[in-house]
This record gives sequence, C-alpha cells and structure tokens, in this order.
Amino acid sequence: MANIPTTAAAIADAVRAKEMSATEVVEHHLGVIAQRDGDINAFNLVTADIARDAAKRVDAAIASGADVGVLAGVPIAIKDNMCTRGVPTTCSSNMLAGWKPPYDATVITTLNAAGAVMVGKTNLDEFAMGSSTENSAFGPTRNPLDTSRVPGGSSGGSAAAVAAGFAPVSLGSDTGGSIRQPAALCGVVGVKPTYGLVSRYGLVAFASSLDQIGPFATTVDDAALITEVIAGHDPKDSTSIPRPVPSLRAAAREGVQGMRIGRVTDLPEGAEPEVAARLDEAFAALEKAGARIVDVTLPSLSYALTAYYLIAPAEASSNLARYDGVRYGLRASAADTNAMYGATRAAGFGDEVKRRIMLGTYALSAGYYDAYYGKALKVRRLIADDFERAYAQADVVLMPTSPMVAFPFGDKVDDPMSMYLCDIYTIPTNLAGHPAMSVPFGTGAHGLPVGVQVLAPALGEVAMFRVGGALEAAGGAR
Amino acid sequence: MAKVARLARLDIADSDITHFTEQLAKVMDHFRDVDALDLSAVAPMTQPYPLVNVLRADEEQPCLDRDEVLAAAPAAEDGRFRVPPIIGLVD
Repeated sequence: MANIPTTAAAIADAVRAKEMSATEVVEHHLGVIAQRDGDINAFNLVTADIARDAAKRVDAAIASGADVGVLAGVPIAIKDNMCTRGVPTTCSSNMLAGWKPPYDATVITTLNAAGAVMVGKTNLDEFAMGSSTENSAFGPTRNPLDTSRVPGGSSGGSAAAVAAGFAPVSLGSDTGGSIRQPAALCGVVGVKPTYGLVSRYGLVAFASSLDQIGPFATTVDDAALITEVIAGHDPKDSTSIPRPVPSLRAAAREGVQGMRIGRVTDLPEGAEPEVAARLDEAFAALEKAGARIVDVTLPSLSYALTAYYLIAPAEASSNLARYDGVRYGLRASAADTNAMYGATRAAGFGDEVKRRIMLGTYALSAGYYDAYYGKALKVRRLIADDFERAYAQADVVLMPTSPMVAFPFGDKVDDPMSMYLCDIYTIPTNLAGHPAMSVPFGTGAHGLPVGVQVLAPALGEVAMFRVGGALEAAGGAR
Repeated sequence: MAKVARLARLDIADSDITHFTEQLAKVMDHFRDVDALDLSAVAPMTQPYPLVNVLRADEEQPCLDRDEVLAAAPAAEDGRFRVPPIIGLVD
C-alpha cells in the first residue's frame, strides 16, 4: 500500500491523480481507528461499511473519468450532533440513543458531493454542553497526547480523532468555544466561522443565536480547504449569509505584511503563565513577519461569561423542550402525557443538561426575565460594540484560546463554575457572531500543546486565515 | 428550584434539588458582576445580525418521508404519533 499522506489536501491530490485509491486511504484510517480508539473513545459510532461504500463510489467515479470533487477520498469524522440520514445521531445523550434522523444535515450533503468519506460520528459533551467531553452519556473521550487528561469539549471526539490520526479532518460545532478549546487542548487547528457562513440545517440546536459548524485539521491549509467546502448560502437556514465564499487557502499563504494585530490590554486574567508566554511569542513572530502590533481595549469582555451563561442556557431551555418523548428519542412510561414529559426528560438528560435547562428556565421565567435574560442581551451588545471599536484599529485580535492546557479527568466536572471559566476567551466571539480560529503554538505545562486564538470581525475569514497561516509558518503547528 | 424544574418539565428528586441548588447558587453569584453596569441606554442584542424573513416561491417540494419519520417515534399508530392519555387524568 502507498504511504498515506497526513493532510486532506494531499490525500485528495493523490486520489485524484490515481496515485492511490480512496479505498486504500479509508482502509488505512479504519485500521488506525481499530488499533487505538478503544483507548481514546473518540467515536460513538465507526461507520466502516458506509465509509467503504463511499470510497468505492469515489474510486468508480475516478475510473470513469467523472468529476469527483475537491475532497476526493478524504476521510472525515463528524460530531454526533449533525444529522446523518439513517445513521444514529445521539448528541451523546440517552435521550437520542439509537435515533436515526430522516434527513442529512446540509454539511453532510455538501461533503458527500465533494467526495469526502465519513468514517464515524464523534463523541461530545451531551448536547454540546461542556468543555471536557466528560458529560457524554457514553463515557469520556481521552486526550491522545495524554490519556489521563481531557481532550476539551464539547467537540472533544472530533478534536481527538484528528490528533490521533483517525481522520485528517473532522467537523465540530462551536457555541462558546466547543471547536477552538478542544483544538487547543489536542494540538490541532480549529475554526469557528462567522455566524451564518456555514449552514446550521441539520445541526441539533443548542443555542441557535450562537451555534456554528466548523472544521478541525492538522494544518491551517486543510482547515481553510474544509471551510471553503462547507461555507455557502443554504435556503434551508434562514440565518445563512447569501454571499460568495472567498479563497481562504490563498489567504493562508499570503503572509501578514502590513497587517494590524490587536493586543488586548485589558484581557481578563486567568491564563497559565506558559499560555501567556506563548501568546507574547506569537505577537513577536507576527511582528517579525511584517505585521504591526496595536493595543486595543475590550472593557466589557469580563462580563462575557455572565452574558453567555444566561443567553446560551435560555436558548437551550427552549430548544430542548422538543425532547418530550412524543416524536423521537426516549419515552418513559407514565399514566398520562404530562407525567410522561417529566419522567422522560428526567431519565433522558444528564446532570449538566438539566442544570442548563433549569438555569435557562429560571432566566426566562416571569419576574426574572428583565433581571437576567434581558440584562444579558444588553451586555451582549456592549461586547459587540467593544469589538467594533477594536476592529477600527486592528484587522484581527490575538488572545489565548484556553486559559489552561489539557486538565486531568475529574478536575472540574463537579464544579460547574470552574468548568465555565474554561470558555472565558472563546465565548466573546460567539456573542458577537464573529469568526475565530485556534492555531497550535508551542507547549505549556507538562509539555502539552497551547493554542493561540485569532479573532476577526464578521466575514473577516481572509484576515483570520492570513494570520493563522503566518502563525503556523512561524513554527506553531505540530 | 423545585418550581423551575416543574416549569421545565423535569422530574427531579428532592435529594438532587439540594445538590443542583448548591451548584447553581455559585453560578448565580457570579452573575452579580453585571449589577454594577448601567445598561439603561443599551439596546438588547438577540442575534448577531438582524433576522429577516426568508420566503420561497409557494411551490410543492419534496418533504420528509412519513413512514421514515414515524419509524423513529416511540409509538405510532395509523400514520400518526401515539401518546398516553392527554385528558381525563388530573394530578
């Protein structure tokens, strides 16, 4: 068998050039999964048969001279909160165990058309609520770099799958950092695109004004490639942006000459010293590459955590009302429908989901709405206004992705507030609806990877990928 | 907390109510940080961008297959979802 390349771009090139078959590529990755996923638990389901069939179709299309798409034969792992027709989609919840959606998410349709080969559905914190993947009903995912530590979350399975070589690329979803934080903790690239750039149709909703799908990859070029493929207008998502997608792969190679990089002078404290040191080195590397560092302030950032942990649970309490035992998923037996609702939801949801539903229900309840949810929406505006002022002076802003490197299991899971603080640098982006990416940049405590986060204004993906590419070139990526 | 659980249609045991109340009290304490802000002149922001109605031509299009949808339901009968009694029982 030929030597299988490690990047999606190189695999697609090799398959299209008939240097290797899609079948050879997928067999290699299924072999790696069989060998190591018992230790990692990145997957809720390995879709080996579906992957082999898809690879055969790609090989047949190439043999017949048909156009096979830019991701020909590229194995991809999909977070298990994206609907796949006829294939179980569980959100790592007992509520949806065994549920087979009757339709594909738009990203799945798009990836299939581009020739990608889905190898499995990856583990997550239940309904994407968490920062460690410990909240999965099907057991935690372990960090491939140190299996005594968490991979981050909620897209921990997708991050671990790429870090372990189970697939060169994967998809996650990011509501408050759920792509970027696990990317940082697993030492891979993770991108949260602008809200509306990628269709959310078929993504099981957590907090609809914050959710966005994006890729994990080992290189900035691969992350750009996947973002280019999945971005684009979708009439099935009313928040989808009707605008052509720019070339992000070209941007990633362009360099940062003349760019203005924002350094936040009033950044909320809490980052480990090594994480802060890597950020300083990232600024120095960009300056050396021709960029200019400008100081910006984001005074409302310290209130972002409060706004997020009111808005996201409020939206979740509404979105998760649909799990009532009537149309799909679990149903607990009870004498009447009202009793059935309460018993089903008690049996189907785990503790963190229950906590957030109660938090959200409280924030929205009569008498408390203005004091909590209403106030959170106003703080959200302050944060968006802060960013607008910052982006008048800077093209992008640099921050840590996660305040800490990967932490041991059990460290935070019983103390919700300490877990929520993991998201302090990632949630402002979601509140504003902007894009941001995490790029591996050296190591921190225990030799574990550190991610540097590049934030950009709405539809600022070109600037973001220029800086991401430059950070990688400066020696940040693995 | 018991009232909130009822509103959310979550049957939660009394022992768990205590546990959840303790955990959520810490979170609610943190939320007090915004009390210092004067937000009287700030407009709430519900979405990253203003939402607009998206309409399509009123033409028949394929939709989900009824049998496939009902196959995933906990109980179905005669092409419909089946649920326990809704009326007649009062708690």
